[in-house]
Amino acid sequence: MSDLISLTLAEAREALTAKEVSSRELTSAFIQAIEAARPLNAFITETAEKALLMADASDKRRAAGNVGALEGLPLAIKDLFCTNGTRTTAASKILGNFVPPYESTVTQNLWSAGAVMLGKTNMDEFAMGSSNETSAFGPVFNPWRSRGSNTNLVPGGSSGGSSAAVAADLCLAATGTDTGGSIRQPAAVTGTVGLKPTYGRCSRYGIVAFASSLDQAGPMAKTVKDAAILLTSMASIDPRDSTSAETAVPDYEKLMAGSIRGLRVGIPKEYRLDGMSTDITALWDKGGRWLKDQGAEIFEVSLPHTKYALPTYYIVAPAEASSNLARYDGVRFGYRASNPHDITDLYERSRGEGFGAEVQRRILIGTYVLSAGYYDAYYSRAQKLRTLIKRDFEQAFEKCDVLLTPSTPGAAFGIGAKTSDPLEMYLQDVFTVTVNLAGLPGISIPGGLTADGLPLGLQLIGKAFDEGTLLRAAAAVETAADFKAKPAKWWTA
Amino acid sequence: MSVDKDTVRRIAKLARLAVAEAKLEPMAGELNGIFKWVEMLGEVNVEGVPGMTSVVAQKLKWRRDEVTEGGNAEALMANAPGGEEHFFTVPKVVE
Repeated sequence: MSDLISLTLAEAREALTAKEVSSRELTSAFIQAIEAARPLNAFITETAEKALLMADASDKRRAAGNVGALEGLPLAIKDLFCTNGTRTTAASKILGNFVPPYESTVTQNLWSAGAVMLGKTNMDEFAMGSSNETSAFGPVFNPWRSRGSNTNLVPGGSSGGSSAAVAADLCLAATGTDTGGSIRQPAAVTGTVGLKPTYGRCSRYGIVAFASSLDQAGPMAKTVKDAAILLTSMASIDPRDSTSAETAVPDYEKLMAGSIRGLRVGIPKEYRLDGMSTDITALWDKGGRWLKDQGAEIFEVSLPHTKYALPTYYIVAPAEASSNLARYDGVRFGYRASNPHDITDLYERSRGEGFGAEVQRRILIGTYVLSAGYYDAYYSRAQKLRTLIKRDFEQAFEKCDVLLTPSTPGAAFGIGAKTSDPLEMYLQDVFTVTVNLAGLPGISIPGGLTADGLPLGLQLIGKAFDEGTLLRAAAAVETAADFKAKPAKWWTA
Repeated sequence: MSVDKDTVRRIAKLARLAVAEAKLEPMAGELNGIFKWVEMLGEVNVEGVPGMTSVVAQKLKWRRDEVTEGGNAEALMANAPGGEEHFFTVPKVVE
């Protein structure tokens, strides 16, 4: 086996099954790649030692004939998933030294299936951001650069370390979380596949909470099939999460196989924005043709409340965040300000010094919209808008099986290009945020490159708990797009 | 509705967030930009529309009212920034 790190998850699984390679060999190859890629800053914590122990234990299990669904496969974990005994920071100073005494359900499911943890990936602080630039551990660089350019670009966010790690072959696949687009947007700008499952499909237990009614974990991978394999192990019915769906987890790898003949694909007309780049519109049109050529039926649908989704999100998400983040008070865990003169000073300075600028901004927005006198005008109204946005989708799905949209309004942008105006950064999620508000599954698939050689993604949106159909349609897009481009490995030079 | 410096100070107090005096004014400007943009929600007629309480059709689960986990005080104290034995320590709150 020459180039172990460029294998897909499915190929690595085959190589392990055929005993062409051991988990230790595979894991060692990734550990080397991660060390060589430190300029990307994709990992907050590398866990090489633990990875080798897990790999050896996996090889032993395999030798004994005890083989799990992800046996011996090395993965990267977003630093929002609590990992027992391994520092979990949420990319925040306030959790900078936090070592959880428990394991998130999603990661436990992965380890129970035999997977190996390579490390914890960088991200926007508390998953609040679309460029990985709000991390207290510094920005992540996108492995992709414009053709002929040495300018560093963002890897998207909030799961930017995970997207960069997958794109740079630093892991077979990674976990991400998606509250407004944090899996799909980084996947789109790094030429990788990112799936946000239906709300409730993956347990939220042990994932540092941002906005509990929107947060959902999902796979980030090199192929649609790899995403299907990973989701099958990540998803579960969990008594520890009261919103975990009581729906049996199917084998998504099996469900994604087969033709899309007769599939009804809706193109939501409201997603065609004024001034949208021609790269994006051309790819979107091409995506429709790809599906049509494989036997799908394509037609326009309307989601009339689309333009209200982003402002609705920026009330609902900060409101929930301000409540969830109240727990960081410098008392039971996390950062504590030094020499507080009283308890209020302890709270205020621990939070003021521990949270970064974007997190503080969102706590303030959330506190404001929930405060007396403003609750009805903002929060209550946003909750009603959310109902209308969800109804739009329900009506569209009476006529179609999946929706096809662009994943992002553009390709990866430069570090610092959008940090001065919060609104401009928020607009990154304009195509993805609707899906979180409606609790639906969505996936971003690499569709092609811009004229400058940067990847762009197409998004498919499915019905609740119909990830099977969604993955089948995604596989059809993947086949037609035949996206084989890889970033030049400038970071190892 | 416009957010001024005093409003930011008041919200920051409610949120128990120390915001430096010099940052109040710029923060007010940023929040105003965001709230101005959010105002477009006002143009939608939401008469008779119920607010969303659950994003997927599902009844919240019930469980027996009993202790399921516990007896792990050591583990819970391990991350405490201040603690003695099994107690979290804070500045004196009673005179």
